[in-house]
Amino acid sequence: MATTITIKNLTKHFGKVVAVNNVSLDIKAGAFLTLLGPSGCGKTTLLRCVAGLEDPDGGEIYIGDKLVYSHEKGISVPSGKRDLGLVFQNYALWPHMKVYKNMTFALEVQKLPKEEMQRRVKESLAEVKMEGYEDRYPREMSGGQQQRIALARMLAYRPKVFLMDEPLSNLDARLRMDMRSELKRLHHISGATTIYVTHDQIEALTMSTTIAVMREGVLQQLDTPDRVYHYPANLFVADFIGNPKVNLLDGVITSENTIDLGSFKLNTDTNHHTGTVVVGVRPEDIAIASPAVPEAIEFRVYSVLPSGAETTIVARRQNLEITLKVMGISTIKMDDPIWLKFEPRAINVYDKESGNLIVS
Amino acid sequence: MTSTALSQPRPSSQLQARSRRFLRWLTAPHVILALIMLAIMFVMVIIPLYRLVATTVTWGASDLPQHPEAVEGELTAYHYIRMLTGRLGSIYTYAPLRHSMTVAVGSTLLALLIGGSLAWLVIRTDLPGRKLINQLAVIPYIMPSWTLAQAWLVLFKNRLTGGTPGVFEFLVGQPPPDWLSYGPVPIIICSALHYYTFFFLFVSAALMSIDSSLEEAGDLMGANRSRILRKITFPLVLPAVLSGVIMTFSKVMGTFGGPNILGTPVNYYVLATMLRGSLGIGDKADAFVLAIVLILFAITTIYINQRLIGTRRSYETIGGRGFMAQLSKLGNIKRLMYVAVIIFQILVIALPLGLLVYSTIMLKDGNYSFSNLTLQHWIGARGTIYNNGEPGVLLNPKIYTTAWNSIRLSLWTAFFTALLGVLLGYAIVKGRGTRLSKLVEQLAYIPYVIPGIAFGAVYIAMFARKLGPFPPLYGTFALLVIVSVAKHLPYSSRSGVSSMMQVGRELEEAAQVAGANAWQRFRRIIFPLTTSGFTSGFLLTFITTMRELSLIILLVTPATQLLASQTMFYTENGNDQMANAVILILIAIVALGNFVIGRFSRGGSLKRGLGM
Repeated sequence: MATTITIKNLTKHFGKVVAVNNVSLDIKAGAFLTLLGPSGCGKTTLLRCVAGLEDPDGGEIYIGDKLVYSHEKGISVPSGKRDLGLVFQNYALWPHMKVYKNMTFALEVQKLPKEEMQRRVKESLAEVKMEGYEDRYPREMSGGQQQRIALARMLAYRPKVFLMDEPLSNLDARLRMDMRSELKRLHHISGATTIYVTHDQIEALTMSTTIAVMREGVLQQLDTPDRVYHYPANLFVADFIGNPKVNLLDGVITSENTIDLGSFKLNTDTNHHTGTVVVGVRPEDIAIASPAVPEAIEFRVYSVLPSGAETTIVARRQNLEITLKVMGISTIKMDDPIWLKFEPRAINVYDKESGNLIVS
Repeated sequence: MTSTALSQPRPSSQLQARSRRFLRWLTAPHVILALIMLAIMFVMVIIPLYRLVATTVTWGASDLPQHPEAVEGELTAYHYIRMLTGRLGSIYTYAPLRHSMTVAVGSTLLALLIGGSLAWLVIRTDLPGRKLINQLAVIPYIMPSWTLAQAWLVLFKNRLTGGTPGVFEFLVGQPPPDWLSYGPVPIIICSALHYYTFFFLFVSAALMSIDSSLEEAGDLMGANRSRILRKITFPLVLPAVLSGVIMTFSKVMGTFGGPNILGTPVNYYVLATMLRGSLGIGDKADAFVLAIVLILFAITTIYINQRLIGTRRSYETIGGRGFMAQLSKLGNIKRLMYVAVIIFQILVIALPLGLLVYSTIMLKDGNYSFSNLTLQHWIGARGTIYNNGEPGVLLNPKIYTTAWNSIRLSLWTAFFTALLGVLLGYAIVKGRGTRLSKLVEQLAYIPYVIPGIAFGAVYIAMFARKLGPFPPLYGTFALLVIVSVAKHLPYSSRSGVSSMMQVGRELEEAAQVAGANAWQRFRRIIFPLTTSGFTSGFLLTFITTMRELSLIILLVTPATQLLASQTMFYTENGNDQMANAVILILIAIVALGNFVIGRFSRGGSLKRGLGM
């Protein structure tokens, strides 16, 4: 049932701006792929190219075995013939149609029998927990309800591929939480291959099977959420993902397995690399040792920011500033001395010049 | 060598791919529409303009008798030399041009003064009865533009042109001075009292969108009221004022009715009336030179204005955000101002109508005794000594035919204008940012800067004889529809774009993804969502076409007579009372239309129709 999606060397210009730059993606059948990146990185354009709403100017797109776009062959299958569904950021429910008509529009185009349409509408509404809303106009519902109807509208015609363009960004924080788990559940049940666009790393990390991080039209990393989080392929990805942000410390490899960070030396695997590097380490991967243990480095607490379940601590040593995170409310006070221990396993080393991950 | 050759697609398949891509672009609905629109506008605007210019720079058949050396169709500057130099130049071109400028500048300034102050009073002061005033202020614009001129004659005419005495002479016992009866002064006053509506609407919208805290800031810093008005309020409404200037100036330059009624009898010609005069003499090329002069002047003025405003944007939407404004207190003069405004409105609405009605129930014009009252001009029998034996207007089959022509023309024009609006809007908005879309938008804007009567002249140039696939349309009803639709193009595109912008492209894309083809998308998504724009555009165009005179005056023939032109022919033949009766019928139809607008279209209003 589920289908693969293959994108080969896709490129799309808007005037002189390269919105999508030579992107290739292999999406497995049944995957939940998230296109993640800051605004203007080309993720929405890429999605629209897959949807057939935008004509790329280079590359190929396959849905399953079917070639739906090829620049070289001059092929572009119209949107409606690609067997996909799209949920828009602003829902795009037709304001002059009731929920029922909104949902049967595509089914009428497919000329399904009436009973089948009714059955599908009922089923799809049940799937998004909106039973009994058939006779509402979109404006008579809240944003969250409209969002669910937009989903149901897509589910009703059972496309092979689900495309979602920042579907949760217009909802308030709480509703967004609820919808995340609903969406994940929906994907789990339907098993449809999904491409999901967002700039919200939490959405990407919580829902996806695969994340594609993009920047200025270029694919930065294509990996599982776990690997994108723990082994960011370059400094951009490392910096973009994680809250509080990853610690990025400038250093020089002075000898094999030793990096000089200025105020102290870090012993970690350098895998025969030399030169200036950037060390990346997540705030939660730094252990606080008190009392001090031999390899621990002394820092002074600059600021303590408790937020209930966890506490963020900013510590300094000379001109080096490090952010760390501990669970629960910490008893550490501002200006206290603390001893930090860096787990070699959790350290990523990037080449300073290229920004690429060299040791992980 | 072979491996590189293999990886490269063969040239033939490359060509095939390129042609496929081109075909796909070409068959995109908005591209097809844009190309169709371009073709339509090419025929409706570009070719006529080209023909107009071409006629003036070549020898025509009518030139041959006097100029044996001339060869028909060959290039010549003869018409320009004739019309722009020497004594003929000063009589035919420069004097009318001077008059046109006088009238246009005068009316624009006076209209600005009236409309601007009225807007300020209504929006920014505690004047009582503001809602009523607001509604009444728009009425003069709904009446045909030459209504006031016609009423002016009833009131102020003197014996200068050998007619009967006006009401003024009857009441005062003295004939009014010539400058008050005919010529620039009455023309300016009558045009201003019609066109002040533009300024009223533009300026009140601008005033409404100004956050009064800007003015309050000035107040706190110790500036007095007049200083705040001059230094803060006025600069903020300046773009709106300039928009009004452009509209009024270009309209007055092209207006035929008022100057023909109040100027022509004393040989005070403006370009518009001279243009028709020289067409009447039969020298088309000479008349077209005048049309070109008129167009160039209108374009220059508008261009200068736009440079002053900076961009064209300022007379698109002037946002009506509606801040709670702090109202200026009028204090002691509140009552006085209220009475003054109401009296003014009665003067410009009720008095002219009253005068017109009164003139139509006088058996003999200028005899103000009770025994002279009659309904002869309304329901009189045929074959009397009055009105050349014509029956009263309500029993006159000619008037019914004419009224039906007017209504038919207005309905067709309204329909095509509204339809083109939706299609233009789609083509422009969907292709936003592409050169094609810009070209369509710019072409649609051209008729805006061509004064009404010159636009009519352009169409004579185009359709007087067979041209390519187009039959000679002169004298046909279709030509009237075409010219009216063409003149409405700027309005079409602007209102079409604004209603299409409200639809939002995702709504169509959602249907596209759902598998709907272009026609299904149009029928089920685009059209239903633009209905309110379509309806208000339709009704509005209906009204403006009903009372349009300058545009069609050159193009009507006895068979295609319209109410508007009929009044003018009655006036020119000295049948003022019949003319006034027909004007009243026209006003009644337009008022009914306006009532329908208010009643049946929620979004539609005169304001919206003016592109606000």
